[in-house]
Amino acid sequence: MTTMRAAALARPRTKTLPRWLSADELHRRLLALAALSVFAVVALIVWETAHGALPAIRAFGWRFLVGTTWDPVAEKFGALPYLYGTVVSSTLALVLALPLGVGAAVYLAEIAPRGVGQAVSFVVELLASIPSIVYGIWGMFVLAPFLRVTVEPWLIAHLGFLPLFRGYPFGIGMLNAGIVLAIMIVPTIVSISREVLLAMPRTLREAALALGATRAEAIGVTLDAARPGILGAVILALGRALGETMAVTMVIGNTNRISASLLAPGATMASVIANEFTEATGRLHLSALVEIALVLFGFTVLVNGVARLLVLWATGGRRDVAGAA
Amino acid sequence: MTHMIHRIAGALALLGFAAVPACAQHLTGAGATFPYPIYSKWFDAYKQKTGVEINYQSIGSGGGIQQVKAGTVDFGASDAALSNDRLKEMPRKVVHFPTVAGAVVLAYNLPGLQAPLKLTPEIVTGIFMGKITTWNDKAIVAANAGVAPPAVPILAVHRSDGSGTTNIFTTYLSAVSGEWKELVGANTSVSWPSGVGGKGNEGVAGMVRQTPGAVGYVELAYARQNKLAVAHVRNKSGNFVEPTLASITAAVAASAPALAKDVRTPIVNAAAPDAYPISGLTFLIVYQDTKDATRGKALADFIGWAIHDGQSMVEALDYARLPEAVVKVNEATLRTLTTGGKRILP
Repeated sequence: MTTMRAAALARPRTKTLPRWLSADELHRRLLALAALSVFAVVALIVWETAHGALPAIRAFGWRFLVGTTWDPVAEKFGALPYLYGTVVSSTLALVLALPLGVGAAVYLAEIAPRGVGQAVSFVVELLASIPSIVYGIWGMFVLAPFLRVTVEPWLIAHLGFLPLFRGYPFGIGMLNAGIVLAIMIVPTIVSISREVLLAMPRTLREAALALGATRAEAIGVTLDAARPGILGAVILALGRALGETMAVTMVIGNTNRISASLLAPGATMASVIANEFTEATGRLHLSALVEIALVLFGFTVLVNGVARLLVLWATGGRRDVAGAA
Repeated sequence: MTHMIHRIAGALALLGFAAVPACAQHLTGAGATFPYPIYSKWFDAYKQKTGVEINYQSIGSGGGIQQVKAGTVDFGASDAALSNDRLKEMPRKVVHFPTVAGAVVLAYNLPGLQAPLKLTPEIVTGIFMGKITTWNDKAIVAANAGVAPPAVPILAVHRSDGSGTTNIFTTYLSAVSGEWKELVGANTSVSWPSGVGGKGNEGVAGMVRQTPGAVGYVELAYARQNKLAVAHVRNKSGNFVEPTLASITAAVAASAPALAKDVRTPIVNAAAPDAYPISGLTFLIVYQDTKDATRGKALADFIGWAIHDGQSMVEALDYARLPEAVVKVNEATLRTLTTGGKRILP
């Protein structure tokens, strides 16, 4: 006991340590290192993929991005069908998931009794943790027959005048991939949007109601204020859709042809890498796949950059709005 | 002082004693997924028999070849033999050992069709080229006299992932059709002129099972284990042959003279009357000269065991065994293996 007290009294002597060794400073530097390591990882990814893609970049140059031939036998590679497939499947997923996700979030945050809201959001978060291969199997064995027998014949009969819905109903293809992706990204949109809406000050809604707004109009006011946060949720969801591999590969049909029809099979950048990487024996083939990874990475950076700008625009540069990412 | 020297000498002896057999007890390999079930059974049986442990990573043929090239494994495994160009890229001379044979079969979904579907090479090419698009096409009706295939559109399903199965199938199509060879060619993945792609055997089989009018190619072993309806294919002698283990072995046996000259020769479209035409071999790929004498000996012993005793296990796992003539080819290759320039086996 006495020795401990003596030690405590002696503690101020440690002040003679150099400043950078003090607990505070060490702590600060350690955390900074953790933060910087993220940059290091990204830099390494860029370096490694760029290095691996070099033979393909040298061989095809810009034609890689606009070429539509992907022929491992002749070693001629163009990635446009995959770029197209990624954009179309992700856009379709967003178009389907956005109204559903935001609608669900508004209901959960604004209308549903607190208990119901919590129960439903628990289930929604559960959905987010289902492995993507399970969604893929569901898409292939449950959704595909339903689309083939019920949905697609209807679309062809009633909306077949649009090029979007022409062709033969096979059940697998861009539409199936879009729906599976939509289901996969809905939880992200719902749970983040709900948090954002809940974080909105109550006074906002009360003020709107006090001014004579209907309940729906008051929700509109809240939604408007929450726009940047919801936009952030959408961007996160889009990120998942762009990079999703396994589920998409199982239901998209995997052909490198560009077709205007959503019923036709297609392929995405992530799916072609998953498909061909393990058995790619040609040097240029391997390199072309790595270049696709590089393009996908660049694409994601672009989407995130645009998203930042959108959020900035939506908030008008204010930082006090909840969820302004 | 002398005491200490004794102790060091004792420790060294102990180390040496422990180290020599230890390096012969382990071999590593990497490559093809198609033969993985039989390989893992072989490795297991071989370990129980001899104590030699073999670790195998089934990462795909491409990865296996890369690892052989980098020298990180004792052997590679590939469903496709190395092309002349790829052989040249290897730092030293490699040799191929065919281990088992398999076949690619055409599984189809035609509700109401009782008799097994019969396909000619022209029909198979036409379907995968996208030129034959309905089941009541003249050519299909002519080949299936009396069974009347339904008038539904054809969905041709291929493997979307690169695979040895695709390599065998496209090698076959290139062998029977000049047009296919010219426009598409043969590889582990190709630019498909039509149809849709499913990932893995299960992806192709899933789409075939679910879509009336679909036809797709899968490994025989997969089709047998999942009881899929498979087509009989007309071979070079003009007979429609059912894919069975016996008809695959017949195809390998018919190709034995060509294999004796170059073991890498594709065995598709074999000439024997009972040969199934879309057959293929899977290979172990090893360096002809091994630097480490104990490892080289262990590897040669294992290969010798696999091509003889090991063959009795393959049919239970739906692989076709090597005919005697091809075992002889392997024996001849085994005798060329060296370590440090000296022959390993007598």
